[in-house]
Amino acid sequence: FLLFSPDVPGDHSAVWASRKSDIISTVEFNHTGELLATGDKGGRVVIFQREQESKNQVHRRGEYNVYSTFQSHEPEFDYLKSLEIEEKINKIRWLPQQNAAYFLLSTNDKTVKLWKVSERDKRPEGYNLKDEEGRLRDPATITTLRVPVLRPMDLMVEATPRRVFANAHTYHINSISVNSDYETYMSADDLRINLWNFEITNQSFNIVDIKPANMEELTEVITAAEFHPHHCNTFVYSSSKGTIRLCDMRASALCDRHTKFFEEPEDPSNRSFFSEIISSISDVKFSHSGRYIMTRDYLTVKVWDLNMENRPIETYQRARIQDHLRNTLCYLIPDHGLNNRMLFNINNIKIVIMTGSYNNFFRMFDRNTKRDVTLEASRENSKPRAILKPRKVCVGGKRRKDEISVDSLDFSKKILHTAWHPSENIIAVAATNNLYIFQDKVN
Amino acid sequence: MFARGLKRKCADGEDSPPAPPAGSLQRQSLLDMSLVKLQLCHMLAEPNLCRSVLIANTVRQLQEEMSQDSTWQVPAPASAGRGPLERLVSTEILCRTPWEQQGGHSAADSGASPAPDLLSEPPGALSAQAPRSAPGCAWEAASPRESRGGFQRSLDQIFETLDSKAPRAAEGLFADVDGPYYDLDAVLTGMVGAKSVPGDGFETLASAGAPPPGVSYKRDLGELDHVVEILVET
Repeated sequence: FLLFSPDVPGDHSAVWASRKSDIISTVEFNHTGELLATGDKGGRVVIFQREQESKNQVHRRGEYNVYSTFQSHEPEFDYLKSLEIEEKINKIRWLPQQNAAYFLLSTNDKTVKLWKVSERDKRPEGYNLKDEEGRLRDPATITTLRVPVLRPMDLMVEATPRRVFANAHTYHINSISVNSDYETYMSADDLRINLWNFEITNQSFNIVDIKPANMEELTEVITAAEFHPHHCNTFVYSSSKGTIRLCDMRASALCDRHTKFFEEPEDPSNRSFFSEIISSISDVKFSHSGRYIMTRDYLTVKVWDLNMENRPIETYQRARIQDHLRNTLCYLIPDHGLNNRMLFNINNIKIVIMTGSYNNFFRMFDRNTKRDVTLEASRENSKPRAILKPRKVCVGGKRRKDEISVDSLDFSKKILHTAWHPSENIIAVAATNNLYIFQDKVN
Repeated sequence: MFARGLKRKCADGEDSPPAPPAGSLQRQSLLDMSLVKLQLCHMLAEPNLCRSVLIANTVRQLQEEMSQDSTWQVPAPASAGRGPLERLVSTEILCRTPWEQQGGHSAADSGASPAPDLLSEPPGALSAQAPRSAPGCAWEAASPRESRGGFQRSLDQIFETLDSKAPRAAEGLFADVDGPYYDLDAVLTGMVGAKSVPGDGFETLASAGAPPPGVSYKRDLGELDHVVEILVET
């Protein structure tokens, strides 16, 4: 099984102490994996860049260092509703790179912004009309002309906001997704999804609206949405009722009627007071091929085949429920051991699924071997470049030496945000206000 | 605290009706707590619509189940005491918006807001018995400043109707309004933790929703609250 060693990026995580505004709220690699962007509760975006490999320092290959930091969103005040609009960054999405600059979308609850991150390592010198400090020269003193030349300077990384897409969402934006046509993107809030063109900021096109005419009948909200990776007319969105709808924009302008509807019938023997709450899907993602979608709810991660709507093809328990235990609702245990659910074997998509949990644990499921492991992201328990040990949680009875008892699980330490390098075994895990980067030591 | 497990005494010699099944105690606890959370939802500056919808759906499901089980039936006044009716009243009060509650509250909501109204509570069975009609809650939140005042007043009301030793417990709450509902949960947990209903463990997620007949369950409201917070906050 894969083993990972933590590779904490420099000392920068120490700088972000326990200030509330520094809680990381989103993590996203770019398409090559060279850059890793994090957004935090204070509206800042911090971009890490992977160091180039160098023969001299082989062991430092692949470390991520801070590349750029900028304030993306500021807190605002909605005067009409007398509500504060949080500056917390809900999502970051990278655009595919088309020139030397990097572009990303970042959003808070209400406003999406397109940022350009570019490098400057040369400075023009030798102007005719200005001197080196920029002061205008007296034209009388100019006797010769010269051509300004570019001289190298210290690398400067600038982030500039290129577009601001505002005032299109009444409710809180939970997702943004760049379309495969690279011309449009969508933003989804609790009840509506809007389609934008990157060049046009004063208009957006509403493509999904599930707001009931009478809000007293509201029972379902949109929780996540994503475009198909290859078909620019297709997207999916998930709901708080545990359903996924696939829509085709060619069918109609307003995609209120879905093309496909994915829902697993509820097992009546599993019904409880909390069935509704735990079935709410928190995230939905397409596979790279576009043939499968993955969804995450409170207890499980499910893989669906787009061609089969009535049930997922694979289900992974994020924790194991012990039937005989009392008070088990409190004790959702990330457990080490073989995952016995052997469903289909799919070979051509990502092999391991990762999901966050409590107590700074995160779990990884190997889809081929069906094995899963629980790991911990914590500075106290792992030194940089040490190999992570799998964590065990003991459910009851005698606790062995290395195990953590269920009672001491800290439910406030949640890992909500993880990201995977697109091509290598490098993962980024955000635990509250620390970012951990782990990579496969085998390589 | 709550009037739990009210045993109805039969005055006319029939077999005394059994105590309400233990499942309904859980349901009632969960219902009360969910209603409090719903109330808090729109006291905060930024109500989370998803969270509110999930809790509201759970509340509705509970109320449907309870009305099916006829646990809302009000026993004969002589023997019943004030318990169930009081709870009906408290439920209905919890559903009212802060600015609609009685007694000298200043208008808490400033300006016309396009935000919609919450589903109206409670279902027909309840409103028939409640002295006042429930105007329903609103999804919109009051202004932060006014919401704190409204929050305080509504909180007082909640605690009164829950018949708790509120004054001391509520003091610590207002010291830090930034995390009001977390504090409230802590207070509720602390208050109720002292009084637990005897019984055995709570049903598990994987097991049947309806408790097997004849088994009594023990559950601190505090733990239940803790659980719901975990589920909804994830």
